[in-house]
Amino acid sequence: MSRLTDAHVALAKEIIGRYPRPKSALVPLLHLAQEQDGYITRDAMVHIGELVGVTSAEVYGTATFYEMFKFEPVGKYVVNICGTMSCALMGSEELMHHAEQRLGIKAGGTTPDGMFTLEHAECQAACTEAPCLQVNYRYRYRLTPADLDELIDDLSADRLTHEIPPHGTVAKVRQHIASHRGVGALAPELVTESPAWLNGKAAL
Amino acid sequence: MAQREGGTVTSSYLHAPGFIAGDRPKIVTSRFEYADSYKIDRFIATGGYQGLRSALSRPAQTVHDDVRSATVLGRGGAGFPAGVKWGLTPQEVWPRYLVVNGDESEPGTYKDRLLMERDPHQLIEGCLIACYAAGLSQCFLYIRGEMAVAQERVAEALNEAYEAGYVGKNILGTNFSVDIVLHWGAGAYVVGEETALIESLEGNRGMPRLKPPFFPAANGLYGQPTIVNNVETLANLPWLMTNGVDAYTAIGTKTSPGTRMVAVSGHVVRPGVYEIVNGTTTFRDLIYGEEFCGGIRNNNALKAFVPGGGSAPWFTSDQLDLPFEGSQVGAAGSMLGSGAIMVMDETTDIPAAALTLTRFYAHESCGKCTPCREGGTWLERILSRIVDGKGTDADLAQLIEVGESICPGDFPHASNEALGLTAVPFPYKMTTICFVGPSAYVPVHSALTLFRSEFEARITKRTMIKVTAVGVSS
Repeated sequence: MSRLTDAHVALAKEIIGRYPRPKSALVPLLHLAQEQDGYITRDAMVHIGELVGVTSAEVYGTATFYEMFKFEPVGKYVVNICGTMSCALMGSEELMHHAEQRLGIKAGGTTPDGMFTLEHAECQAACTEAPCLQVNYRYRYRLTPADLDELIDDLSADRLTHEIPPHGTVAKVRQHIASHRGVGALAPELVTESPAWLNGKAAL
Repeated sequence: MAQREGGTVTSSYLHAPGFIAGDRPKIVTSRFEYADSYKIDRFIATGGYQGLRSALSRPAQTVHDDVRSATVLGRGGAGFPAGVKWGLTPQEVWPRYLVVNGDESEPGTYKDRLLMERDPHQLIEGCLIACYAAGLSQCFLYIRGEMAVAQERVAEALNEAYEAGYVGKNILGTNFSVDIVLHWGAGAYVVGEETALIESLEGNRGMPRLKPPFFPAANGLYGQPTIVNNVETLANLPWLMTNGVDAYTAIGTKTSPGTRMVAVSGHVVRPGVYEIVNGTTTFRDLIYGEEFCGGIRNNNALKAFVPGGGSAPWFTSDQLDLPFEGSQVGAAGSMLGSGAIMVMDETTDIPAAALTLTRFYAHESCGKCTPCREGGTWLERILSRIVDGKGTDADLAQLIEVGESICPGDFPHASNEALGLTAVPFPYKMTTICFVGPSAYVPVHSALTLFRSEFEARITKRTMIKVTAVGVSS
């Protein structure tokens, strides 16, 4: 399928440049590939391997460790319902059951129209707002089955696109370090003595 | 909640909820009341970057000494003093790195995400102070992959801070220069363990490293001395620098100074995230106090609570009067962990509740250590069939046998007057590199120790079914 676009290659190079070792950029670049295609394609993994200087097998090895990376197409909206203790105590099982009925799929499945993938998720760090879920990593809190219906209606009608980007995009804001402001990656071999501010007198 | 206007929905979901302010000292949540608390203008207008200025006006060593004498305890789980940790790096080995652990994912824990979303500049200022004091050349701020808004807020804040000259080359016109690189994960609980975090940051599968030799302070990122600090720990530093050691230690107790962020969830009237005075606030205050959770829902009785995140052995009402203080909670058989209390009322199905946690840790095992990889799955499967009413008499003994292969010897648990139990203090022994494996056993052991009859009742149900000559009868 697809290698990274030219614009994404430029972005990838900027990201790689921040790290003392290029391989450190692997996970951020896999996110970039997923943002581009909605999932991680084989070609993207080959391309990322070329960019950071490792084999595509190494890219695959890293990528498959992490839950967020998908290797086949998923829904436009990935709905992750938390089922860990605080949410379970507050009714997440009922919520999952309702979601399965409403969407007509089991957890792990995707609707035939490609709109929704439903997943059972582990703790999402919103435990006081249980039960909670994420749609493409954007939260909804203290949901009742009726709230879930309303959410699915809104998503089906694309009424939340300003807040919830299609699956693949996580953060919509990127870090950018202007070249005149940045120090640059400090690899171990580039630094042989203690930092300037530790030598001699105080900084200010 | 969502506001409906015409065909679109505008929502306030971007503002992470849950924080309840109260009338208490604020060290890390002082800006949470502002809607624009994450913007640099608000930050600077409310004393932001003053702690950095104060630090940069003094020799780095004295800043380090202040953090040491203020006994700023790590807020990630282990509670190790930050100032001591910084001092463990070998002399004259350069460069040293700072890795910020923003991979919050311990069940029940909800505080670092709030700190990153609502006050990212405070965290950035904390990183800068740490780098200055400990001579750290580059900082990597690792945020959990699933936290989209936290990543956006920190990215935006870093862009603002670079632009304004607070991060990067020659900070505030001094010879102090450091880059803070935003890094983000992709979903793996075990990466919250510091050596796994470093593996992940190097672009590998996030599996923990063996300690020794891989103590990060000596041999961390790219084999260099590396300080790994939790988000909340670093967020304490600006206030400490601005207000001084005496003001910091005046709050809390001698062994646990300052404040702590605590999330209380589950069956309480007012679940919430509270910044509490460290060391003195009791579990009773937190669960029943009017300024905190206001008691159990529907005036139900308390059955049990998890005092320090999913990895912590459970307490019951016998432990309510313990203060939120590490050594006392440790002696009582549990730990404070990451500041997360999960409350179960009398209606809770205990074996099912334990299963939600055991399933979590079994699922999150990275597979490196056999006792965790195999044992966690066994625990989950056995517990699961007990919960489904298909358990056998042998299963309870089997659970303990599997647990003992992960954690040999006496396992920590709380005292219980009604059951005639005396406490076994924390910690446990373990046959695994990190705490994921033992954590799969914690809920099983606690639930079995404190509520054995609930397990036996499930099993009894099945053994009562008798096969007769004409079919099945009960």
